[in-house]
Amino acid sequence: MSVATGDETDPQRATLFGGIPLESLIACPQCDALYVAHMPAVGERAVCERCHTVLIAPKRKAGLKIIALTSAVIILVAAALFFPFLTIRAAGFGNEASILDSASSFESGPMVLLALAVAAMIVVIPLIRTLLILYVLIPVVADRPPYAHAKHAFRLTQELKPWAMAEIFAIGCAVALVKVADLAHIGFGPAFWMFAVLVVIVIFNDNYMCTWSVWKSLELDQKEA
Amino acid sequence: MRTERCGRCGSHLQSRDTGSLGRVWAFWLAGLICYVPANLNPMLITQTLLSSSKSTIVGGAVDLIHHGAIGVAIIILVASVLIPVGKFMAIAYLAVSVRRGSSISSARRHHLFEVVEFIGRWSMVDVFVVAILSSLVQLSVVASIHPGSAALTFALSVIFTMLSAQAFDTRLFWDTKDARNETT
Repeated sequence: MSVATGDETDPQRATLFGGIPLESLIACPQCDALYVAHMPAVGERAVCERCHTVLIAPKRKAGLKIIALTSAVIILVAAALFFPFLTIRAAGFGNEASILDSASSFESGPMVLLALAVAAMIVVIPLIRTLLILYVLIPVVADRPPYAHAKHAFRLTQELKPWAMAEIFAIGCAVALVKVADLAHIGFGPAFWMFAVLVVIVIFNDNYMCTWSVWKSLELDQKEA
Repeated sequence: MRTERCGRCGSHLQSRDTGSLGRVWAFWLAGLICYVPANLNPMLITQTLLSSSKSTIVGGAVDLIHHGAIGVAIIILVASVLIPVGKFMAIAYLAVSVRRGSSISSARRHHLFEVVEFIGRWSMVDVFVVAILSSLVQLSVVASIHPGSAALTFALSVIFTMLSAQAFDTRLFWDTKDARNETT
């Protein structure tokens, strides 16, 4: 049970594996069990029998939905960056912080590294992912050949996925609010609500994405072109 | 074993990632080394009109319990103590089980790995709390909060354990079982 493209043959030439065309085979990315893929009906899922990883999960008009939701994410992130996020008042003193303020709150010495990492995880990486997803999917949905390097772009979005932590930042906000609740009066800025909506969208969006279908459409378009 | 490029996405194809376990252990150790100072040094430095206090991760959670915010204290303790410690033990056990075999089935171990990978990112919540608090609570003399050095080491520890989990070649769980079946 090994990867279908074979150890001995050139992957370009190895189009058959045991008499079955390579495009119709799918190896579970987690446990390497090999299957002959049947496209499940829309709304159904193909699941690996051995380790229960979801292999294929097509959704109705998924491409269009993902593009709509990702566009919303970009608008919300951009807006949430500049509006105040949380405000605080105590004993006549007040302060407000935006998301960028939070990211840049680690100022001195090696803490700057942490500031960069936090900024990357809550703003930069989610934003890069959404832009790349748009870049890959817009031509696919419009029935055009994919843009240059679409494959690299899509692979990058998959690799960056665990490092996009916007939803964890949202939980962090909730914890921070409770921590200072008896120290001062806390108010929500407009950016807070934008961020809350954004987190919900990100979760829905990941649910719509079926990587197998995307790869398949990228490949089909390339052959026609 | 020769490696090839995937005809579809261009990533390296390798039947089994032979260097996987080495990288798992390297990142695991780096994460553990960072986790020790993360618990000993202060995470937050709070200055109010009258006093200045430094609190560690566990100390901060204990303070919260004294203030009656037990729910939040539990979130912090789970995210910053239970998950990281559990993660260190789980990855170590899984890495050993690939070499030595295990009485627990492949499916169970794979499931454990998925839980570890899914839950690991959530440990970052404490770092984000520190970031939010130290940017928000800047009220000149009345109260101000500054990040302690543990914020950096804790973040590094989380990042290293995430890398350690990602380096794991999950197909190895299933191989040992297949290999044993073939030899018997």
